[in-house]
Amino acid sequence: MSPKERVTLDANEAVASVAHRTSEVIAIYPITPSSPMGEHADAWSARGRANIWGKVPAVVEMQSEGGAAGAVHGALQAGALSTTFTASQGLLLMVPNMYKIAGELTPFTMHVAARTLATHALSIFGDHSDVMACRGTGFAMLAAGSVQEAQDFAAIAQTATLASRIPFLHFFDGFRTSHEVAKIEELSDAELLDLIDEADVAAHRKRGLTPDHPVLRGTAQNPDAFFQAREAANPFYLACPDIVAKTMDRFGEITGRRYRLFDYEGHPEAERVVVLMGSGAETAHETVDWLVGRGEKVGVLKVRLFRPFDVARFVAALPKTVCAIAVLDRTKEPGAVGEPLYQDVVTAFAEAPAGAARPRIVGGRYGLSSKEFTPSMLAGVFEDLAKEKPRNHFTVGIMDDVTHTSLPWDAELDIEPDDVVRSVFYGLGSDGTVGANKNSIKILGEQTDGYAQGYFVYDSKKAGAVTISHLRFGPRPIRSAYLIRRADFVACHQFEFVHRYDVLETAREGAAFLLNSPHGPEAVWDELPREAQETIVARKLRFFVVDAFRIAREAGLKGRINTIMQTCFFAITKTLAPETAVAEIKRAISDTYAKKGPEVLKRNFAGVDAALGGLAEVKVPAAVTATRGRPPIVPPGAPDFVQKVTAILLAGYGDRLPVSAFPVDGTWPTATAQWEKRNIASEIPVWDPAICIQCNKCALVCPHAAIRATVFEPAKLSGAPDTFKSDRFRAADFEGWRYTIQVAPEDCTGCTLCVMFCPAKDKSNPKHKAIDMAPQRPLREKERENYAFFLELPEPDRSRIRVMDVKGSQFATPLFEYSGACAGCGETPYVKLLTQLYGDRALIANATGCSSIYGGNLPTTPYTVNRDGRGPAWSNSLFEDNAEFGLGMRLGLDSRGAHARHLLGEVGPALPGGLAREILEADQATDAGVKAQRERVARLRMALAPLKAPAARVLAGLCDDLVKKSVWIVGGDGWAYDIGFGGLDHVLSLPYDVNVLVLDTEVYSNTGGQQSKATPLGAAAKFAVGGKDTGKKDLGLMAMTYGHVYVARIAFGAKDAQTVKAIQEAEAYPGPSLVIAYSHCIAHGYDMAFGCEQQKLAVETGLWPLYRFDPRRMAAGEAPLVLDSGAPKKPVEAYMNNESRFRMLEAAGPARYKELATRVREEADRRLALYKHLSEWKTGAVPAAADAAPPPAPAPAGGGK
Amino acid sequence: MDLSTTYLGFELPHPLMPGSSPLADDLDSVRRLEDAGAAAIVLRSLFEEQIVGDELATYRAHTGAAESHAEAASYLPDPAVFALGTHDYLEQIQKIKAAVKVPVIASLNGTTPESWIEYARLIEQAGADALEINIYELATDPLESGEDVEDRTVAVVAAVREAVKIPIAAKLSPFYSSLSHLAGRIERAGANGLVLFNRFYQPDIDAENLEIEPRLYLSSPVELLLRLRWLAVLSGQFQGSLAVTGGVHNAIDAVKAVMAGAHAVQMVSVLMRRGPETLTRLRADLTRWLEEHGYDSLRQMQGSMSYGRGGDAAAIERSNYMRILQSWRPDDA
Repeated sequence: MSPKERVTLDANEAVASVAHRTSEVIAIYPITPSSPMGEHADAWSARGRANIWGKVPAVVEMQSEGGAAGAVHGALQAGALSTTFTASQGLLLMVPNMYKIAGELTPFTMHVAARTLATHALSIFGDHSDVMACRGTGFAMLAAGSVQEAQDFAAIAQTATLASRIPFLHFFDGFRTSHEVAKIEELSDAELLDLIDEADVAAHRKRGLTPDHPVLRGTAQNPDAFFQAREAANPFYLACPDIVAKTMDRFGEITGRRYRLFDYEGHPEAERVVVLMGSGAETAHETVDWLVGRGEKVGVLKVRLFRPFDVARFVAALPKTVCAIAVLDRTKEPGAVGEPLYQDVVTAFAEAPAGAARPRIVGGRYGLSSKEFTPSMLAGVFEDLAKEKPRNHFTVGIMDDVTHTSLPWDAELDIEPDDVVRSVFYGLGSDGTVGANKNSIKILGEQTDGYAQGYFVYDSKKAGAVTISHLRFGPRPIRSAYLIRRADFVACHQFEFVHRYDVLETAREGAAFLLNSPHGPEAVWDELPREAQETIVARKLRFFVVDAFRIAREAGLKGRINTIMQTCFFAITKTLAPETAVAEIKRAISDTYAKKGPEVLKRNFAGVDAALGGLAEVKVPAAVTATRGRPPIVPPGAPDFVQKVTAILLAGYGDRLPVSAFPVDGTWPTATAQWEKRNIASEIPVWDPAICIQCNKCALVCPHAAIRATVFEPAKLSGAPDTFKSDRFRAADFEGWRYTIQVAPEDCTGCTLCVMFCPAKDKSNPKHKAIDMAPQRPLREKERENYAFFLELPEPDRSRIRVMDVKGSQFATPLFEYSGACAGCGETPYVKLLTQLYGDRALIANATGCSSIYGGNLPTTPYTVNRDGRGPAWSNSLFEDNAEFGLGMRLGLDSRGAHARHLLGEVGPALPGGLAREILEADQATDAGVKAQRERVARLRMALAPLKAPAARVLAGLCDDLVKKSVWIVGGDGWAYDIGFGGLDHVLSLPYDVNVLVLDTEVYSNTGGQQSKATPLGAAAKFAVGGKDTGKKDLGLMAMTYGHVYVARIAFGAKDAQTVKAIQEAEAYPGPSLVIAYSHCIAHGYDMAFGCEQQKLAVETGLWPLYRFDPRRMAAGEAPLVLDSGAPKKPVEAYMNNESRFRMLEAAGPARYKELATRVREEADRRLALYKHLSEWKTGAVPAAADAAPPPAPAPAGGGK
Repeated sequence: MDLSTTYLGFELPHPLMPGSSPLADDLDSVRRLEDAGAAAIVLRSLFEEQIVGDELATYRAHTGAAESHAEAASYLPDPAVFALGTHDYLEQIQKIKAAVKVPVIASLNGTTPESWIEYARLIEQAGADALEINIYELATDPLESGEDVEDRTVAVVAAVREAVKIPIAAKLSPFYSSLSHLAGRIERAGANGLVLFNRFYQPDIDAENLEIEPRLYLSSPVELLLRLRWLAVLSGQFQGSLAVTGGVHNAIDAVKAVMAGAHAVQMVSVLMRRGPETLTRLRADLTRWLEEHGYDSLRQMQGSMSYGRGGDAAAIERSNYMRILQSWRPDDA
């Protein structure tokens, strides 16, 4: 055995390291929570890191997981060692190839960060539903329960697959293990070389396809052959468990870490045993040790090799004394007798040799979607198992008050030993808390003989995201795969949090509490809410404050308080000697930021040096003095559901909600984001009517619908708050009315896009605009009152708005508001505009991605309703199928519409004169037309009420289908250009009236900035660290080639009028429409306040030409393509130099950057020339109308435009 | 024809060289410049303010949104493979040093005395043969006197002199009350040369949008006149080397600059417009001009038209001014 190299990392990195070092071809596709594995592999290959055979593995990002599976299949057939990483729905896309790979007995290991499959809802978190869907593929399945095991099993799987020829699915729990940072013994190259048998590698290569020794694989077989051929592989499956066992033994000899196919831990004469796999088994191990220490005869069987299931070894691994077994599955198989592991255990005992024990076996579910699974829950399982009739098919960890499956447990039970230091940190994503804590774990892991563990919890917001870090540090390996419940140290890095959350919930008696506070040790007590004071006094907490923001400001770090707080953490917990801690923090800063430049280091060091000078202990008074408590999470006026469910989720107590609180099918109310007042902006816009030119551009660009415009009759001003501002409306429509711009002070994120975009400057002092930023705190109460008044003003009648242009559209209420999108998001202004124009009649099919997360991730929902209760109906199916999903919506609506029209024709004679005809012939092209139709339908409903004819009764239920509906297919470039392109292309090829809005950030934004085919030439992205070497796919041009598709390319920051016009034309076009919208994004690497400036530059440099391709123009003999932007006015560098994604290439090599910039220019010019040519192309003669109109949608078609 | 000259202690075959600019940004054009016969290579300025601004902007872009959401710990590729700060500049010095045989002159603009010293040392360690101290600032503080500004400039020169052993030249702007006096102080502080003059990028005003627009115009020959005047004044007063930069576009411009006292003639605009190869032609033109006018060597005419040799400087200056003013007509504009 070699001396052990100990490292502190997460399982994704540990697994990727083994996979990268033992592979030659790696094909991947990003999906949470497995994406970091592919990113690591790509980064290592990009830096020339070789595998154990001295070759740098080729890493290729594919267009989908299906593509990745196909690519690895091919690589394997060519005799290369290959791997991939995936999770959840991505794994399902690989299933077809998995059957093939297994059927061909191909050595291959895939690594899965097991994640929940989307059912009634998507969840990015962990359980085994994805891997369990692969049970039938023929893959061996090996389950790891910890970071150490995940690394080790990656190596064991790769060795065993080569030896057995059975492909391996190696999995570990998404997030809980994939993202847990822990100290482990690292596998060296020498150990890996020692483990893997070169003869097996050679045999695999030899089986590779080559024309030098040609064979054929992938035949089609008939009934005479298939069955026998399928059974021919049996010997390999029979041999596989032995091979894995031997590999584990050999692994133990090499590394000293010993594993078996089934590892039993606990009392040698245990009577009650739990059987499970994954991280839950670690918690069970810890719990069993504790229970055995208290004299209980209990044990846990950790299942490592789930497939092929070795019955003999399984039975043999259990103590003979066992009387009762609870099999715990981290998945749900509705309708099955029981979950998969339970069924296997039952079957195993049924097939066990005669004479084996026949214990009572029950099964239960736990931990779906990373639901907490704690020692107290396990204790609850063991307690129930001791009963004469233990519950079967139970759940644990939730309260099921509907079908009463859940076992009770003692939530107060705490089995963690006192020598484990437990710390909990509340921070904001932007303050760097998580990053510093990751470094702290590394420091503790590397500087001591102890063991450290870190796990991080994030909320679902992208702007102002709250993070909670859980750090453990102790003398033994840490098996606690659950959140800290009793902390010795609690840090709150944002003062506001003490008024929003119970940050001291986990503080144990005598714990230390560190608060980043602008109030010093003398003043802070009076600033705390009553609840916090009560906890501090009752639990005798030691209370420390530091004004980290001041220290950060003075060090030039502006809001980055992480290393300052980290220094205080080490000083208070004394987990390291003070001078060691400071030195190590600085070393970690150097490691993290050295390449970012000396100034960054200098400033961070200055913060660290000043930290302890600002740390002070508060003299805690003997009694509580505060009279005010934390305000309620949502105001008392919120709807019942919001009070009973949303508010609980918002408070962070969602785990306490019982099953009955939830809808049965995932249907969720819209319009709940308005009840979550986040107050995350330190500064908000303030309107100056004297300067304002009433253009409404500020409202248009606001990503969060937090600045709004309206006009109203002067009389409505009565009762207005005294600070409510308005001005005379200076336009012909609404003559004599008042005009107001109003900010939603508690919903604004402070992004400043509105201020940057505002064109109205004070002529004497151009620095002052019609809107300027001002500190939020002093304005909050007054503006809250003003905003409430604003919301009560009547919405202006749309039919009176002269033109629905930039200005007019902003008088319509946004039906998408206060989403969780990033501050300054470049996507949401388009979504919001769409809801302003068509929200009352829109169905939205939304591809998975940023837009589905900020659009539909609980706890709150930003899609909302107008005063009539109408608003967008929204649904997310998957990532890859969104165009088809939206098309299905269109077909469904059309079918209902056609049915309604048919019935109306039938019932017509019984209706008041002409109503049926009016409805059937109504023009619904405008807002006024839709409004009139709704009125007619209301009359129809009344007229139908007394009618008894069956057709009339059915029609009564379909009346609303006579009003036009607008179908929008919304998604990002990852969907439209890559994974969903095949479907999108097909949908566009059809004549149906759907509108596609592509929010093009030119990168996979949601999963962390991986390149897509929309990534432009020369931009650095993950999987294109050296800059993308090929041009951006021209999706618009491809769609134009059909001839019947409306296509537009827009950028609101460059030409907002064209944006509004294109969306309107797309909607009005009676066929498929594709609108490609430039969306600036944090993944471009600059301050989003400049998002609109960059949009402008993208257009002015010719990199993002604006155009509209309308097939209807052909009817008039005109060129269908109209260019809306002129010839390039600026060099491409004027755009590229402002964004990190380009600039980092300049830093890496100015010459290459220059060369890329030249190619970017040439590429842009080439495309512009082509567009110009197309825009000048004419049909020559005016064609017959029938030729130019889009092909009519096949029947049934109704309710169209 | 002997065109040799001595600049900052370097014996150069002729005075022509590229001025501080992006011309030396990539090795390819550096090699082209050397092939075209550049007597030295001057790098673009390392602007500390820009370096720091870049560092902090990148730091924010990389860290601001990182570790904020469960789905992504970061949104940009691992920056460890990219280098920011002074790294690429220093590496560029090393690369150019390795690629060319002619002297390599770096250029620096710092913000604090400490940073001037720190960066100057790094530049020397990277292998630069000489350093231009690029005094590029606008004195806008109403509480700071002209003397304060000059004191600061002299202190920078003294600090850098203390920090490095390589020759240093101060690149100045013409906007000083008494440039001759300042030049003397700079020389006493240890500068080996002066480079005349810096060109400020003058901000323009966008009257339509009420915005300030940065503008960069390449130099024009008219700018040479100011430089000729000050070369002529300082030649003789200043014992060290003098270089002209700004406004030299052809051989006759170079002749005038040398006559006024320049030891080195730096060019940017003409090389950027017409390519590095222009240097070869200019050198040939210079040779031809000297031959046609019967000179033995360049040194023969060096400083021939400086005010020290050409008569009473102040008198020439004033009469020149009056003549031009009186002959000016609106039509000439």
